[in-house]
Amino acid sequence: MANQAMPNPSFVRQEMLPPLDPPSSQTGAVKWLRENLFSTWVNAGLTVLALAAIYVVLSHFVPWVLHGVWDASSLGECREKVAASFGPDAVGACFAAIKDRWHQWVFGFYPPELYWRPTLALALVLAALAPVLFTSVPRQMLWLTFVTPFLSVWLLWGGSIWGPVFTMVAFGILGAFVMMFSDRLGGITTSIVAILLVLALFLNPVGIVISIGNAVLSLFGLIPWTPLGFLEPLGNAAGWIFPLVKNMAALFHKIAPIGIQEVASDRFGGFLLSITIGMTAIACSLPMGILLALGRRSDMFLVKTLSVGFIEFVRGVPLITMLFTATLLLQYFLPPGTNFDVILRVIIMVTVFSAAYIAEVIRGGLAALPRGQYEAADALGLNYWQAQRHIIMPQALKISIPGIVSSFIGLFKDTTLVALVGLLDPLQGITKIVRADITWKGLYWEPYLFVGFIFFIFCFGMSRYSMYLERKLKREHR
Amino acid sequence: MTMATSVPKESFRLSMLLYDTRFRSYTIQIVVLILFLAALGWLVNNTVQNLAAKDRTFDFGFLFNRAGYDINPHLINYTNDDTHGRALLVGLLNTLSVAIFGCIFATILGVAAGVLRLSSNWIVARLMTVYVEITRNVPVLLWIIVTYVALAETTSPPSAFKITPDMVKEGIAPEASMHLWSSVAITNREISIPAPLVRHSLGSIDFGLFSLSLDFLAFVALLVASIAVSRWLGRRATRIQEETGRRPLTWPLRAAVLILPVVALLTAQGFHLERPSMWKTDTNGDYILVDGTGQELVDANGLALPDAEGQRITSGFNFRGGIPLTHAFTALLVGLVFYTGAYIAEIVRAGILAVSRGQSEAAYALGLAPQRTMNLVVLPQALRVIVPPLISQYLNLTKNTSLAAAVSFMDLKGTLGGITMNQTGKELECMLLMMGIYLVLSLIISAVMNVYNKAVMLKER
Amino acid sequence: MKKSVFLGTVAATTLVAGVAAAATLDDVKARDQLICGVNVGLTGFGAPDASGNYQGFDVAICKAVAAAVLGDPAKVKYVPTTGETRFTALASGEVDLLVRNSTWTYSRDTDLKFDFVGVNYYDGQGFMVKKALGVSSAKELEGATICIQTGTTTELNLADFFKANNMSYTPVTIQDDAEGQRQYIAGACDAYTTDASGLAAVRATLPDAAEHVILPEIISKEPLGPVVRHGDNNWGDIVRWTFYALVAAEEYGITSANVNDIGATTQNPEVKRLLGAEGEYGAMMGLDQEWAKRAIAASGNYGEIFAANIGESTPIALARGLNALWTQGGLMYAPPFR
Repeated sequence: MANQAMPNPSFVRQEMLPPLDPPSSQTGAVKWLRENLFSTWVNAGLTVLALAAIYVVLSHFVPWVLHGVWDASSLGECREKVAASFGPDAVGACFAAIKDRWHQWVFGFYPPELYWRPTLALALVLAALAPVLFTSVPRQMLWLTFVTPFLSVWLLWGGSIWGPVFTMVAFGILGAFVMMFSDRLGGITTSIVAILLVLALFLNPVGIVISIGNAVLSLFGLIPWTPLGFLEPLGNAAGWIFPLVKNMAALFHKIAPIGIQEVASDRFGGFLLSITIGMTAIACSLPMGILLALGRRSDMFLVKTLSVGFIEFVRGVPLITMLFTATLLLQYFLPPGTNFDVILRVIIMVTVFSAAYIAEVIRGGLAALPRGQYEAADALGLNYWQAQRHIIMPQALKISIPGIVSSFIGLFKDTTLVALVGLLDPLQGITKIVRADITWKGLYWEPYLFVGFIFFIFCFGMSRYSMYLERKLKREHR
Repeated sequence: MTMATSVPKESFRLSMLLYDTRFRSYTIQIVVLILFLAALGWLVNNTVQNLAAKDRTFDFGFLFNRAGYDINPHLINYTNDDTHGRALLVGLLNTLSVAIFGCIFATILGVAAGVLRLSSNWIVARLMTVYVEITRNVPVLLWIIVTYVALAETTSPPSAFKITPDMVKEGIAPEASMHLWSSVAITNREISIPAPLVRHSLGSIDFGLFSLSLDFLAFVALLVASIAVSRWLGRRATRIQEETGRRPLTWPLRAAVLILPVVALLTAQGFHLERPSMWKTDTNGDYILVDGTGQELVDANGLALPDAEGQRITSGFNFRGGIPLTHAFTALLVGLVFYTGAYIAEIVRAGILAVSRGQSEAAYALGLAPQRTMNLVVLPQALRVIVPPLISQYLNLTKNTSLAAAVSFMDLKGTLGGITMNQTGKELECMLLMMGIYLVLSLIISAVMNVYNKAVMLKER
Repeated sequence: MKKSVFLGTVAATTLVAGVAAAATLDDVKARDQLICGVNVGLTGFGAPDASGNYQGFDVAICKAVAAAVLGDPAKVKYVPTTGETRFTALASGEVDLLVRNSTWTYSRDTDLKFDFVGVNYYDGQGFMVKKALGVSSAKELEGATICIQTGTTTELNLADFFKANNMSYTPVTIQDDAEGQRQYIAGACDAYTTDASGLAAVRATLPDAAEHVILPEIISKEPLGPVVRHGDNNWGDIVRWTFYALVAAEEYGITSANVNDIGATTQNPEVKRLLGAEGEYGAMMGLDQEWAKRAIAASGNYGEIFAANIGESTPIALARGLNALWTQGGLMYAPPFR
């Protein structure tokens, strides 16, 4: 035992040992898995469930898409090709139908040789939206924003150029008048003159006075009597001058018939129809929603009551009952013989519907502003509209952006409901027509996938933009 | 004796109507009123003139005429001899059933998805995000139609469940079979689920418009009473706890109070589930059997032989018995639940995120247990954010039930706004009535929302 | 559509027009377009083809009326209507004329305030089932699930038929023919019921037509015809006599090919009156002399329209049957032009 050598004590480690690797369960993928997927038994169960769900969906979906046939002339041929390539039991999509008829899903029955017109109109609209959506775009492009609505409508429906030109001039006159004289004349006078201008430019004031007078004097139709009937020749004579825009356009069209081929509304279909309705309604529903929200918060009892009544009515009934009324029952509410475009009616209804929702969103934004902001505006001596324009609205709208954009997304999705009143929306209308064709009979999933995908791109894009805007405005606030 | 008046009495000038803020609002309101009445009058006037010109009347008498058409499904007794008014009621009940079940299931789905989206589980959170984004960015009509087509295209027709004597002879099994121990049949028309029935019924009270089952009433009354007793027991336990500091053991008693009376009632009444089936029966309701050669074992009167041995066979076109849920109903319900659930998930997520972490940390610091922290601190604050948009989603779901037209479900739009309108030609009346009914439904939901909002509103200046 | 209308001149001039209801003929002439309510998905009777042009047996009537009134069969705006929306569209004035397999019934004619101006197809309601179902008579359909189109007389007939035979059934309501076919083929309903012509059309387009049978029972009379609003008799006359001109043309052997020659050479006084070579018959309805000539030239006489759209040489392959001329044992009979 004595001669047993002692360990040499003179050795002292000079350097640190390199640290050992952490245990394999605490590193890399394993650690990540443990922390994120299997931290508790509940979590592990959820993970397994989720993986199972993903597997079930993908195991049906992926082979179906991968086996998809892009070149075939009928559904039968698609099925044969799938069976030939992947065995008799294989399932495969028939994208050939989409490839064959994509133009109908996009343009409806719009004449194929004129496809460039809606395409150009969409490009214009996107270009015109740029200065509104992104502040980095030069401000001069706002001119394009003013011109585009008229130009796009002309491109879409065709016809004489003078209609859009004079409508644009009329809006220009109105806008210029309000901008230049509103401070000098005061709100009331400006509004009165502006209303008169609108009446003269777009309607027949004499005729309106006569027909409303008739309605009121005959106790709203309770007695079959037209007391002002003798004035009708006067109204008809005024029809030679008023509405100024329409008559000027007609006159110029006689002098210089410049125009492009007209396309009737019943040729519109597919995404062309959805986007036309969606874009127009989005553009019109925001101002209308702002006015309704202001009306609802107004101190004036009557204005408030009417706004509340309108908003609650519109929010209370389903959109399709309104669409149904607009497309089929409108003739009951208008003078006999009146007829106007069915797409326009749908746009009006969708706009009104969406405006009521936007009004509620903006009301929320207005309610969120501290009273001090209103008091500060009063203290600065701003009148109602100045206060709204410079102080209240910029803040209220900023708060409401997520809500507004989500209303817009809802509106765009709701354009599919026009199928229920017989218009050719992409989801049901066009799909039904394609399926009625004997070569594509039996096609179910592919059109829904295609249409759903395109809707997703638009709506997802809109929601991402709203998030971008929120972030940007938050930054500016700091 | 002259009195100096400090302010000269202002005489009223016409221009003050425009330029004096005291009067201007009256001017504006009067103008608005006149314009509103004029527009309304114009519309009414036009309508009256148009109706006269078309030789039509405006009356609701058609609601009392015979409807003449059949509705499937109908929750109250209805035959084609009933009136259009009753058809309206059938449609309204169908609308309400989708709306109520839709709200319940959408809330469950939405809360689950919203909570899971905040889960620390990476894959579950991502999956829920995908669900929410895909669902919200695609039209609801697509979900309804896709569900409808999927239900119809991936299931078997009732004929696939059939067993004919020939099949017995050759020993062939039917292509399709029922689910859940032969209690649920899924065909390409409907999903038939077992119906709860009682053997000794208490009858029902007829209210004219509808009849109320006394069995159901008794069940509900007993349940309510049990719950009341159980709660009283709970309150008593709390009182004792406060006095003595010791809480008596109550849960076995409470459970017994809740369960036993109901079980006793159901047993006494002979409660059973009626399964849907296609079995061929004789006029007494006994199963008709076939032997191995495919021969039906019946006597001369066509009655089943009492002690025969063999196999049952099927007859008819559809499953009988049970509660049939048509695919139109299921598709509408599933589509709406799926879609609305995604919105509710976002609302729930936002609500939970809106309660700052400091709140729960403060609660822990005060020594509250996690469960009580959730109940007393987090939930009340989150609910204040969650409930108003949640109820507005309920409103949307209720209105979206009118998309039933896309799958031809016979809701209010299908009966009153569809067939009745078409058969009677009373478009204006039907459409106004329909809008009115939806409006009332919405206003009820809105009223509930406002009451709640008032109750939970932060009391500020 | 003019964009000036689009941008706000809505209803502008018409506000002045007052309340005098203008005659439909004047409206159509002023508009220079006939608005015709049609079917969108019934092969052979009315459906748009791949490029969106409407074709069919019913559509041909619209074309003939447009040719008679406006001189051009292309001046028609087709408004797609469903079974549910068609009468609303006509009653409210959205369409001038409805030609959409609409059955002439007492209450529609009187209570709903429409005028059925004639019968362009005599039909009856039948049932189609799959052969595998083993059903040979509609009376064996006890407990069956049956697809019906909403907004039609068929749902009422069906209810009546099952009631009369003391049977029960489950209705599956569908919006249009295409949806009905899908449901029927998928087996979501045991039987599909609609007009026998429609059933034949559906069966003809099925790949396995032999596997489907049309049951022998015809449970109703379905006289289908063009409909106009009640009260405008002149417009009703125009549609009625345009239709009868087509029927008469078949009777006298006038076709779209020879209508111009016959007009010049005929010695038959009735044909002369029909084609405007004698008398002032067009003016009696507010039209010109050549109205019938143009109507016939538009898509041919009744027989030609039948043969081209639903006749035996088409996939639908309907026999003339009741719809043959009265001279050939059918019911098509035009009153004299005199």
